[in-house]
Amino acid sequence: MIKVDNIRKRFGEEEILKGITTTFDKGKTNLIIGQSGSGKTVLLKCLIGLFQPEEGLIYFEDKILQEMNEEEHRVLREDLGMLFQGGALFDSMTIEENVMFPLRMFTTQKKSEMLERVNEVLKRVNLENVNKKYPAEISGGMQKRVSIARAIVNNPKYLFCDEPNSGLDPKTAIVIDNLIQEITHEYNITTIVVTHDMNSVMEIGEKIVFLKNGTLVWQGTNEEIFKTDNEDVTSFVYSSDLFKKIRDIQIKEQ
Amino acid sequence: MKYLKDIGSYFLMLKRVFSSFTKSAVLKKLIFKEIDDLIIGSMPIVAFISFFVGGVIAIQTALNIDNPLIPEYLVGFATRQSIILEFAPTFISIIMAGKVGSFITSSIGSMRVTEQIDALEVMGINSLNYLVFPKIVALLLYPFVIAVAMFLGILGGWVAGVYGGFSTSAAFIQGLQEDFIPFHIIYAFIKTFVFAFILATVPSWQGYFMKGGALEVGKASTTSFVWTSVLIILANYIVTQLLLS
Repeated sequence: MIKVDNIRKRFGEEEILKGITTTFDKGKTNLIIGQSGSGKTVLLKCLIGLFQPEEGLIYFEDKILQEMNEEEHRVLREDLGMLFQGGALFDSMTIEENVMFPLRMFTTQKKSEMLERVNEVLKRVNLENVNKKYPAEISGGMQKRVSIARAIVNNPKYLFCDEPNSGLDPKTAIVIDNLIQEITHEYNITTIVVTHDMNSVMEIGEKIVFLKNGTLVWQGTNEEIFKTDNEDVTSFVYSSDLFKKIRDIQIKEQ
Repeated sequence: MKYLKDIGSYFLMLKRVFSSFTKSAVLKKLIFKEIDDLIIGSMPIVAFISFFVGGVIAIQTALNIDNPLIPEYLVGFATRQSIILEFAPTFISIIMAGKVGSFITSSIGSMRVTEQIDALEVMGINSLNYLVFPKIVALLLYPFVIAVAMFLGILGGWVAGVYGGFSTSAAFIQGLQEDFIPFHIIYAFIKTFVFAFILATVPSWQGYFMKGGALEVGKASTTSFVWTSVLIILANYIVTQLLLS
């Protein structure tokens, strides 16, 4: 479980996060949604320690991120898995080396044991026979899956995903979404996904946090989001023609 | 004010480069990779330029001597002095600022743009130690490159001087040995170590702290070349003033 308590973050004069308080549940896929510029990625980067919030506290279970010493930070980072928007695979390394990287850095396993684990997670993300290829030699969807494999190879407690579907076709996007949800349940981890893709909201949003201009304006489940009266949320949800048509059909049927 | 901020951030970067060390087995691999990329990969161009510029120095010197009282061995002497004192350490370092410096800036800059540096940081790895320290260690071998440049420059001068009919082999070799001051070699290698540190760290700083996308990576590479060259020229002046004056 991750809890954020009154997080504020500024860049210069501009306040990007204006006192956000919420909880991200363990064993669930938690989604942070909102329009571009709403502060989703900034919140995510505060959670993973890439940005330091000016105010507020972040709790990982019962420990406060800002009060951790260097050793506690190191231990926490070993428990974090991150899927970046572009995959962020190391392009000078093969797929196998990329996935093996966290094991090489943080474990004392033998190479054969590491290879076994790498093959296991690559199989889990439905990728085989790509071990010796370089990231540039595989498709965007495959890169995302390799990135997921790298994120889970060291059995993390927390998985963070920044726009996992960006740049993917709808079918591949669903595959990635389902994979994230399956892994979340299988490993019982706290997963936080930043997205503005409504398909993801429908597919995997077990808890949804909606941000607008750096403020949390709504939170709930993927069933509740279609029933809410909150105008900010409804204007976001029904901004696409497809969802508008679905809503119209539902209204007619009623 | 911006320059002061940049200088501050450069020294803060250096502090972080030498802290929170990456696992030694991983670092060893990275260092060998950097030696391959930065040192061995630079040898062909350094060898080519050194040999031919050495030849040109010998020819230019010979063509400018029309006084019969000036001894013939001056061709070898001038070639040796030019190459050991300035051409090999300084001129080759400027070329390396273009080749190695741009490579370092663009490779680290690309990692910044594609969030690979963020990925390292999220994993709890000191990205500056992981990326920059192996380059500094690899460039400790840079004096070897300069030694090769000195040897090939003088060889090029000998070939051009002797086979071009500008000097006899004996006179050229006499010139190489005439008034030889061993401290000049030490001076050249001290300069080389200073330049190696500049070559490893200034382009790394440019790449690491760049902001933007692919276009900015290109701009950062150009800026990196300019600043690395400027600092090499300034360091050259300061070291020469300190050691030779």
